[in-house]
Amino acid sequence: MSQLELIDVTKRFGEVTAVNRLNLRVEKGECFSFLGPSGCGKTTTLRMIAGFEDLDEGELKVEGSVYSSSYKKFYLPPEKRDFGMVFQAFAVWPHLTVRENVAFPLRIRHRPKHEIDERVKMALTSTNLLKIQDSYPGRLSGGEQQRIALARAIAINPKVMLLDEPLSNLDAKLREEMRFEIKALQKKFGFTIIYVTHDQAEAMALSDRMLVMSNGVVQQVGKPLEIYHKPANRFVFSFIGLSNFLPVSIREGAATIDGTDRIAARGAPGDLGSRAVLACRPSDISFVPQSEAEHGSSESKPAVPGLVVRRTYLGDIVDMKLKVGNAELRVQKHVKAASPREGERCFIRFNTVLWYPEEERNR
Amino acid sequence: MTATLAEKKKLDVSKIVLLFSILILVVIVAVPVLLILITAFFENGKFNIAGVAKILSDPDTYQALLNSLVIAAGTTVVSTIMGTFFAWLVARTDLPFKNTMKALFLVPFMLPSFIGALAWKVLLSPRSGYINKLLMAIFGLERAPFDIMSLGGIIAIESMYLFPFVFLQVAGALERMDPTLEESARISGADLFTITRKITLPLVMPSILAGALLVALYSLSHFGVPAILGTEKGIFNIPTKIYERIYSSGGSFGAIRVGTILSTILVISAALILKLQDMLLKKGQYQVIAGKSMRPVVLKLRGLKYPLLAISIIYIGITVILPTITIFLVGGLKTYGLPFQLKYMTLDNYLKIFQWKITKDAIWNSIYLSVGAAFVTMLAGTMISYVIVKMKFRGKFILQFLGVLPFSLPGTVIALGVILAWSGRFGINLYNTPWIIFVAYIARYMAFAIKSSSASLSQVSDSLEEAGRACGATHWQSLKDIVLPLIRPGMVSAFFLILLPALRELTTSVLLYGPTTRTIGVAIYTLNEDGETVKAAALASIALIIIFVGETSIRKFLAKLEQRAAKVEEIKNVPA
Repeated sequence: MSQLELIDVTKRFGEVTAVNRLNLRVEKGECFSFLGPSGCGKTTTLRMIAGFEDLDEGELKVEGSVYSSSYKKFYLPPEKRDFGMVFQAFAVWPHLTVRENVAFPLRIRHRPKHEIDERVKMALTSTNLLKIQDSYPGRLSGGEQQRIALARAIAINPKVMLLDEPLSNLDAKLREEMRFEIKALQKKFGFTIIYVTHDQAEAMALSDRMLVMSNGVVQQVGKPLEIYHKPANRFVFSFIGLSNFLPVSIREGAATIDGTDRIAARGAPGDLGSRAVLACRPSDISFVPQSEAEHGSSESKPAVPGLVVRRTYLGDIVDMKLKVGNAELRVQKHVKAASPREGERCFIRFNTVLWYPEEERNR
Repeated sequence: MTATLAEKKKLDVSKIVLLFSILILVVIVAVPVLLILITAFFENGKFNIAGVAKILSDPDTYQALLNSLVIAAGTTVVSTIMGTFFAWLVARTDLPFKNTMKALFLVPFMLPSFIGALAWKVLLSPRSGYINKLLMAIFGLERAPFDIMSLGGIIAIESMYLFPFVFLQVAGALERMDPTLEESARISGADLFTITRKITLPLVMPSILAGALLVALYSLSHFGVPAILGTEKGIFNIPTKIYERIYSSGGSFGAIRVGTILSTILVISAALILKLQDMLLKKGQYQVIAGKSMRPVVLKLRGLKYPLLAISIIYIGITVILPTITIFLVGGLKTYGLPFQLKYMTLDNYLKIFQWKITKDAIWNSIYLSVGAAFVTMLAGTMISYVIVKMKFRGKFILQFLGVLPFSLPGTVIALGVILAWSGRFGINLYNTPWIIFVAYIARYMAFAIKSSSASLSQVSDSLEEAGRACGATHWQSLKDIVLPLIRPGMVSAFFLILLPALRELTTSVLLYGPTTRTIGVAIYTLNEDGETVKAAALASIALIIIFVGETSIRKFLAKLEQRAAKVEEIKNVPA
């Protein structure tokens, strides 16, 4: 029995279909992320799980029990779901102290005083808030407010924790710290996490599995590395990291970039036809000495000539824009690695490539 | 799980709140307005537009319409010019004692304009005005140099007490305006005069016009000043005409029908004015609001600095201090008309105010009616705003419409509507009881309550309430434990925002009072009408003391409340 099960879940706002027939199972103790650009439907899905939005179609089950169902015309209000939730804007109550904020869900449930004290102390200790438990949130920093929201959510030891872009209001350094704290809390208490974010690095670092969404439709579900290495389509490829998409012609599995006469890569799948798109990460391209490029055996990977149009330093990375045939592409190298200067001609080799059909149907 | 299957159908808090809100708005606002429209346009059950036209073209009512228009237009122009000038002086020049001056320019708000009119009538009436008599004696004039009891006089007095509407709007806009807008014009080579003309003025124009429209709205349906200065000379505007018709005919249906037709015109004009204002403010908002804590370009007044300061102080002296002193002095005269000399003065009048039935009743009536109405209106307004701001449901626009309706209902119209609805037509007759005034006050101040609560509610981010639900609180619990504590300061200030004007209300009460249900405003007005000017002035003095003490202490209290709320505010509206 899955912890969380979504069956054909659909939500419409007027004419717009915010979430379209979403199917998903999340297992107990899993940390699962919803990743996608803003407006893709990930927050709507989370709010349907939380119970703030009703489903237009479909069913939501938690540990086998129906929580929302359009078929049975049933919906369990959010306060009866026993979930923990952390909001993007933290939503800590400014008129209550840190302690009172964290104790609130327990008070609502009329737990005995000793249990409340115990659980609040546990939550505050795990989030490092014990020292400031009597302060009002208004005077505290963003990171501290975020921890209050976390402590409040874990206080009742929820079946499922719902986190809605919890780190996007924090600065970069704090974001990284909090990421580890959330992961550590999950390891300690073992609850299931549903985590919504538009930041792929965050999703990669935290999740056991993740889901990439666009326009209300699931694009891919899988483990982070799986999605990184085998993106199901061009949308996922470009969303998950920096990307180059090069239009190519294919003959007998060998691809030529438009405007060049050299083979750029081999091994294109046969079902693509004569036209396709070659996808490659900027870090997966290497420079090849001219001699090797021209005398390379047919077994080794081919190389194509290019021209460095622009060269910029991004800290310890050199970012270059190259013109290859009619196409332009980005290459990134470590500063210490050898790379051509601006205006120089060079040869490049694609180390890892992925193939996509030229016309990708909009899913 | 099956036990909770009924969850969806249960009558929950949100439905109860919604039903109550609709009920209140319909009973308090929609029914009276509908009755006014029906009475105006239907005669003996038949639609009768010819009858409406006939009444409107009657020279008597036609003249009242025209006067209302002239008074409103004149007052608007004068108030706008003065309000804008003083706002600019305070916000954009190096006038000395700016903050004090800014506070002083708002003092005219505290003086109820009908009390001001009363004072000016004492000073400048053509026959017995003290200043007129003085000037005639000094210069040996045959005729009084000033006649305050004229259209011009009414416009002058209304402007004196209404210009703060424009002042507040414009000063606010000038202070919020991004100074870099002006600085960039300066860098481009424009001098201060050009900048004021080409940059500053166009940018604050929406605020100037919004303030002007507020004055127009108020003046169009204002009773006090025209009643005190005009009635005696046969100068009527719409509200005073309605009052005159109804009282001279003893509340006959014919008179009420004329009243409803004139009211319809008031409602339509008010709605148009509000629509215009809304459009203007929307247009103005994004242009003006910008960074804070930057220093705006300030015009150096140089040699004009002290003369302008003197003019401002003299202006306030003439409009506020002189009338106040006059009222206190007249209230202390043994008989009206005697010169202000110590041997003719007495404290008796002031002491009698608290013994004499009419005035004693009036003070007590005003206090309990305003406190009661403020409390009820505040609660109802909060509930209605919650529905409008926070709830999502089909057909919400109807409620939104009903919610803005009170804004466009002038006091006279509310009084008429209440008379039509609560004089037994639906089996309840409140006429001649304090309850009819109570109901009218709720309708009259509902707009204040909705405005104030909506403002504080929209600052409470939805996620605060949702966090409560996610923590296991029911809708009702999260309202009680989270939303209410957060908007409590807003509710308290709404209470006082209603209480203070209700204490001095005249326009609505004057159409509704019965023998024992005079309010302070009504008592002052009727005493003066009956020739008891001294008693009227004495009561007015007491009213001024109550208002002044009330305003200052409440403002201090509200400022403290705001300070305490400020720390809460910091995180109430984190960007989502």
